[in-house]
Amino acid sequence: MSLVRRLPELFVPALLVLGTALVGLEVSSYLQAYFLDALVKVSIVVALYVFIGNSGVLSFGHISFVALGAWTAGVLTVPASQKTAIMPGLAHFLVRTTVGNIASLALAAGVGAAAALLVGLPLMRLSGLAAGIATFAVLEITNNLLTYDQSIGPGENAFSSVPQTTGIWQAAIAALLCIAVAFAYRTSRFGRMLGATREDPAAAAATGISIYRQRLLAFAISGGLAGFAGGIYVHFQPLQAGGLSLDLTFITLAMLVVGGSSTLLGAVVGALAVDGIYSFFSAATNSVDVFGWHLTVPQGTAEIVLGTLMAVVLILRPSGLTGGRELTLPQRARG
Amino acid sequence: MTLAFLNLSWTVFANGLEFGGIYALMAVGIGLVFGVLRLVNFAYGQLIMAGGFALAYGAQWGLPNWLSILFCFGVVLALSLLMDRLVFRPLRGHSPAVMLVATFAVAFLLQNIALLAFGAFGKTAGALAFLNAPWDIGGVEIKKIAIIAIATAVFCLVLLQLLLTRTSLGLHMRAASMDFTTARLLGVRANRVIAGAVVVSAVFAAVAAVMLSVAEFQVTSTFGLSDTIFVLAGVVLGGLNRPIPATLGGFSIGFASGILGGVLPADPSKWYGNQYLPTLIFAAVIVVLVLRPNGLFTRGEGAMERL
Repeated sequence: MSLVRRLPELFVPALLVLGTALVGLEVSSYLQAYFLDALVKVSIVVALYVFIGNSGVLSFGHISFVALGAWTAGVLTVPASQKTAIMPGLAHFLVRTTVGNIASLALAAGVGAAAALLVGLPLMRLSGLAAGIATFAVLEITNNLLTYDQSIGPGENAFSSVPQTTGIWQAAIAALLCIAVAFAYRTSRFGRMLGATREDPAAAAATGISIYRQRLLAFAISGGLAGFAGGIYVHFQPLQAGGLSLDLTFITLAMLVVGGSSTLLGAVVGALAVDGIYSFFSAATNSVDVFGWHLTVPQGTAEIVLGTLMAVVLILRPSGLTGGRELTLPQRARG
Repeated sequence: MTLAFLNLSWTVFANGLEFGGIYALMAVGIGLVFGVLRLVNFAYGQLIMAGGFALAYGAQWGLPNWLSILFCFGVVLALSLLMDRLVFRPLRGHSPAVMLVATFAVAFLLQNIALLAFGAFGKTAGALAFLNAPWDIGGVEIKKIAIIAIATAVFCLVLLQLLLTRTSLGLHMRAASMDFTTARLLGVRANRVIAGAVVVSAVFAAVAAVMLSVAEFQVTSTFGLSDTIFVLAGVVLGGLNRPIPATLGGFSIGFASGILGGVLPADPSKWYGNQYLPTLIFAAVIVVLVLRPNGLFTRGEGAMERL
């Protein structure tokens, strides 16, 4: 398939993100937080998609790279004067080093990619359930270390005093950047090779593709994007180690699965749609007005709606809302 | 009287055995369903949670202990059969990845339903808390529940072994877990075998709920969650496809975490403090999985599946 015909694969998700950002600019600052959140989730889900979507292998471990990115960007941007007050146990070189917004995001991406590469070296040799459980173990380890190791961050406490530099534009540009990287990877020869291993591992191996190397490359790229998204996230709101664990893993996986995990469009649509539903019901906990109709729901409703939605989509439409197809320009009639 | 090194005492050793026993039961519960359905049930912990809440309600209503334990079994069985009917059955034949994510969704759903219904602080199931008191055995104080848990685990596993080797249902279950399609061709009834596995697995979940509620009598929506994560790791570690490797995997992870939890100091400033117990255990899990992807206690090739 020619690259031109595949361009909608890039532009449709990008337009969705831009549209979300433009609407987000128009609404009140209270509502804007929800749009920002949706854009951050797009980055995380696109990062997940780069590995899970292209390789067809499940990973429960990506939120650990998000958490590492968040910790990196957070620790390095808290103003030097406040560092020791918030993080008394912080290691000395981290106390002394403070960088700006962009540099912190680049470092977050670097740390995410490096961690994913390191973890992936042994883990990408695994497949099936062993791989699933091993990535899960990575998540548990990261969460455990970040919660208790006070020399690298605030421990159990929320990451306060990080400059809130993620506005709607930063979030939108970050999401677009993630989408562009994901598209570039997918259409590259490496992305195609990995796609071939997903469709038929035996045939792909027979044509000389190293499944291990292709998965490792995707895992590292995807870990880098996840770390980057984590940096964006921590610049948006004070995060807590406990919040970067199972629940976020579930929510982002739900977004990917509901949208359709094998396509970029699915990842973006899933992230926006599910985040919309989730935000609506979260907001409704403190009561919302829907066309003059007053709605208040008990806490936890958002999660229940999301869990039900995910189970129903999986049972009725396991390839996701977008049905596993990318949008492409129509093919010329064959003569 | 101690085992001489560190602060490993007989009491800690008994705790290790207690967790080993409970985790072994949970491991078999997960392994049995995997055997016939090729489905790893993430929501197993929520079955245990439901059992915990049933016990708490039993205690609140002032039911005698035997009755609230019976109630716990009933609730877990009903929920388990419901889960099978509503989620597992429609998903049969889907890819293992889809099924895994689906059970993940069910787990999340049930956990939040419990949070909504019972609040963040949950309920108290204190009726069996007296089992935390120690028995004096030859000068060593060992918690009653440790001994009861070990004995119950052994009893249940022996019963299961008899069921699997001496009854036709057991034979069918073993056949189905080796090769479901061929087993069906030879006249094994799919729904009956699956129902059998689901019921046995639910019984084990209920037993685990009763045992766990003794030490952790404040039942919240995350009751049994971290235990299940450990057990899942243990089951994969041991080898999922057969009951005995799965049992050994579950037992070893429970035993290791029980012992390490007692031996490591509760000192958050030390790198070897017991707050890093999950890191130690899961790092070991990763190492073992990399070295022996098919499981520690299996010979030959493991179950072929692709996620």
